[in-house]
Amino acid sequence: MQNILELKNIGYSYHSLHGETKALQNISFGVREGEFIAIVGPSGCGKSTLLSIIAGLLSPEEGTIAVNNPDGSLHYPKIGYMLQRDHLFEWRTVYRNVTLGLELNHAMTKEHLDTVERLLTDYGLNKFRDKRPSELSGGMKQRAALIRTLALEPQLLLLDEPFSALDYQTRLFVSADICRLIRAAGKTMIIITHDLSEAISLADRIIVLSGRPAVVKNEVAVKLTLADNSPLAARNAPEFQQYFNMLWEDLTHENEPDQ
Amino acid sequence: MKTNLINEKKSLPDKRTCGTEKTNIFRKRNAFRKEAAELTKQEEFVKDHRRHHHEIASWRTILFVLFLALWEIGADLKWIDSFFFASPSRVVKCFAEQMRSNSMLAHIGVTLFETLFSFLLVLCASLLIATLLWYSPKLSEILEPYLVVLNSLPKSALAPLFIVWLGTGTKTIIVAGMSVAVFGSVISFYTGFQQVDAEKITLIYTLGGSRRDAFSKVVLPGSVPILLSTAKVNIGLALVGVIIGEFLAARRGLGYLIIYGSQVFQLDMVITSIIVLCIIALGFYKSIQIIEHQIKIRFKM
Repeated sequence: MQNILELKNIGYSYHSLHGETKALQNISFGVREGEFIAIVGPSGCGKSTLLSIIAGLLSPEEGTIAVNNPDGSLHYPKIGYMLQRDHLFEWRTVYRNVTLGLELNHAMTKEHLDTVERLLTDYGLNKFRDKRPSELSGGMKQRAALIRTLALEPQLLLLDEPFSALDYQTRLFVSADICRLIRAAGKTMIIITHDLSEAISLADRIIVLSGRPAVVKNEVAVKLTLADNSPLAARNAPEFQQYFNMLWEDLTHENEPDQ
Repeated sequence: MKTNLINEKKSLPDKRTCGTEKTNIFRKRNAFRKEAAELTKQEEFVKDHRRHHHEIASWRTILFVLFLALWEIGADLKWIDSFFFASPSRVVKCFAEQMRSNSMLAHIGVTLFETLFSFLLVLCASLLIATLLWYSPKLSEILEPYLVVLNSLPKSALAPLFIVWLGTGTKTIIVAGMSVAVFGSVISFYTGFQQVDAEKITLIYTLGGSRRDAFSKVVLPGSVPILLSTAKVNIGLALVGVIIGEFLAARRGLGYLIIYGSQVFQLDMVITSIIVLCIIALGFYKSIQIIEHQIKIRFKM
């Protein structure tokens, strides 16, 4: 499959009166259609900055992002962004939360609302549609946040540590659940995580970033022999530990000089 | 008392031994009993809660009655001079007299109207200004020192100026009422707007919204609690400003009544007006509290 996005030599710095802090340097990688990419790296290395650049919230200081759609068109893929917390608004009902994106884009058309209806039913949230977010469980909230993102029919989903606000047990369950739903919807996904197990169990490819300034330290294609394709089962795959050790090495030898 | 305590101490270990002696056969029945016990625990909690509230309410009443009684008795027994300090009975008499001559209601009405009007103006003006400041961080940075100075300035110092500029009348008094509340209110609204979670605003941007959307969908609804608590403070401040204005520039209103009373040495009238003011202030506070409660129920906050 061909790359739909191609990041070339992306660089970005933060500026203050005390000087310049290089966050990203020379970042290059491609994103294939339908692929799940996990980005791991030490905390504060600029993972979120990279995601913001891909999302178009920041423009890179150096480098380019080339678009390479299969149909030859040059439009940037529609992006769906999921933040660290669900950020459902308590002053809106679940239904009005999931249609927020449509409302903002003045896209409350029948097709879009039908999509929302279908997702609400598929994700088991239909009977909660008139409830407030605080009445939902952690997993339900993430599902609602996913519907809010999917309602705009994005091609590329960016997830910025989307499960980090959940407790460990819920997190295992919810991350598996959400990623299954995204795969079923046939989307491409880039997820930032600091949890190596999560990265191995969810992603097709893992991009390891170094500490500041972040460069691509390693790219690991994940191939697990699995009975079924669930992220929970992935943790029991024979190769899991090897991948884990490899990533662990990459991250812990971080602070030592390369040469 | 002592015997009670001993009884209670005795009853505790008894219960415990009962608990250990329970056997499998009785488990079902015990489960049922346990449920009943939990129910009474819940009832006990509710009872305790109510008792606490009753206690607080009765102490409040006792304090109030005690104060009134001391005041009345003190005046009767000439511990205090009732000419200067009045007494509850004199206040009631004065109030009744004023009501009979129909002037009290008019004074109260004027003060109420002026306070509510300046309160509403303060709300609208400060909401508008705070919104502008939020839209333009540069503007807020430029205006910050001015706002701080105006907020800490004792607004009563401005009142004589207002009289010269606007004459003696309702206009001056409403402006005086506004001047006390408006700057602080702008600052609290603006601070409230800024405290809204930045990630929620990012969310709006990631969904393709504009800065205007961020304001109307996140900042404004997210600031409702702060708007309400600021409103609660502001209505009191507006009342302060209105009374200052009436001191200086009015022929009607409770502030005028207080000044007039002190000038003709009718301190009963002064104290009666002050007590009416207390009741008005309480009424304002309570009504905003009720509105706040209604909004919280409506939005399930």
